[in-house]
Amino acid sequence: MSLLAAIGRVVLGFLAAIGRVALFAFETVSHLFRPPYYPREVAHALLQIGYFSLPVVGLTTIFTGGALALQIYAGGARFSAEAVVPQIVAIGMVRELGPVLVGLMIAARVTSSIAAEIATMKVTEQIDALVTLSTNPMKYLTLPRVLAATLVMPVLVAVGNIIGIMGGYLVGVNRLGFNAGTYLRNTIDFLEPSDIATSLAKGAVFGFLAALMGCYFGMRSGRGAQGVGRATKSAVVAASVLILAANFLLTELFFAA
Amino acid sequence: MIELRDVHKSFGPKQVLRGVDLTIERGKSMVIIGGSGTGKSVTLKCVLGLIEADTGLVTVDGQDVTRLRQGSSERDAFLARFGMLFQGGALFDSLSVWQNVAFRLLRGSLKKPKEEAREIAIEKLRRVGLTPDVADLFPAELSGGMQKRVGLARAIAAEPEIIFFDEPTTGLDPIMSGVINELIREIVVEMGATAMTITHDMTSVRAIADDVAMLHGGKIRWTGPVAEMDASGDPYVAQFISGSAEGPIETVR
Repeated sequence: MSLLAAIGRVVLGFLAAIGRVALFAFETVSHLFRPPYYPREVAHALLQIGYFSLPVVGLTTIFTGGALALQIYAGGARFSAEAVVPQIVAIGMVRELGPVLVGLMIAARVTSSIAAEIATMKVTEQIDALVTLSTNPMKYLTLPRVLAATLVMPVLVAVGNIIGIMGGYLVGVNRLGFNAGTYLRNTIDFLEPSDIATSLAKGAVFGFLAALMGCYFGMRSGRGAQGVGRATKSAVVAASVLILAANFLLTELFFAA
Repeated sequence: MIELRDVHKSFGPKQVLRGVDLTIERGKSMVIIGGSGTGKSVTLKCVLGLIEADTGLVTVDGQDVTRLRQGSSERDAFLARFGMLFQGGALFDSLSVWQNVAFRLLRGSLKKPKEEAREIAIEKLRRVGLTPDVADLFPAELSGGMQKRVGLARAIAAEPEIIFFDEPTTGLDPIMSGVINELIREIVVEMGATAMTITHDMTSVRAIADDVAMLHGGKIRWTGPVAEMDASGDPYVAQFISGSAEGPIETVR
């Protein structure tokens, strides 16, 4: 009996959590249509989330693109299909690896910092202070971060895709002996506009999820240093899992025939 | 006038407030005393609507606070009449000192041009005994006493009618406590504001209060003018004032 009760508790807790997150997301989006707005906060978030993430996005994707080229070459050699390296690198980066890797790096870099910042504000009563100063924390803290992440992630994904393909190109041309012009032409000819559009759409969804999780767990933080630590950990884990799950659903939606 | 009638509040199984009744007259300085964990902060946050009371009535000038919807313009207008000094200062560490003080004046319905807001901030900083050169520092660069003063400057920046002080002297040395107490008294008198302070520092009580209320076990044990506090005849109040370990207040909590 206690086993059933324990299972029930976990299931109910899980469903309640989904409900809370959904309400939180709904409230966040609803503030998009209700002034006042804080454009300065949005600009600050764009800079923090977008511009300062460029190095980590570049490093992640260039190495992945290079490794991908090596793997496909080695794997393709088994049935003498080495020539498909440019096409597979392009498809792999743009459709899957670009958005997912950039999403996960943003979860690591941005979700954690949002969660820790908001949780610390909560713990030190700064959130309460905002309310007493007639400022809604959802408008002032959550919306700017979620909006900025949703807008800037497609840009980061585009940059990541290009740098990833460049990583494959560098390895392909310098290590595997591809002709530079042929490699580029194969890449460009093979990619469809829809590949790029879906890649950027994934980016926007992942950015929304990453920032939303940071804000959600930050706002619900418990007391003290432990509360902040737990909020940060939960936010990063939830953002990463949601990004991978959303990636599967979006891939199913976009590409399943 | 602030009135609390039969206010109850529980967190899970833990009953914190069990029927608080309290009246604070306009223009008076009420100090709520009581041991740690007796619900002083919760009482204060119920008035501001930061915490929702389970049952009971909280009114400010006859207006029912619990009816104000989060984020509504009535609630914004209601909160615009308040200033609050938080226990740890609760300064925004991403903003400079003057931007903290002028927070209300830089956005929302009380928005003023930046130059003017900065001037008001510097003038409020001077009022709490800080020089203009701290204006461009960040909160993390200030000592605890200075953070409290900046918090005080922020609380009074928009000339509130009602000011709340949450343990204003906690964590400060005796001299700095004296300075803050004196400042609070001066500011309340000069602005004619209604003040509600929670503290367990008896020096602070005698310096700030017109009226005193003692919260114990989730209820108001005793309330009256500060002059009558020493002769209250209530064993709980007597024990609290003397700081004795002997008396009706259990020392193991």
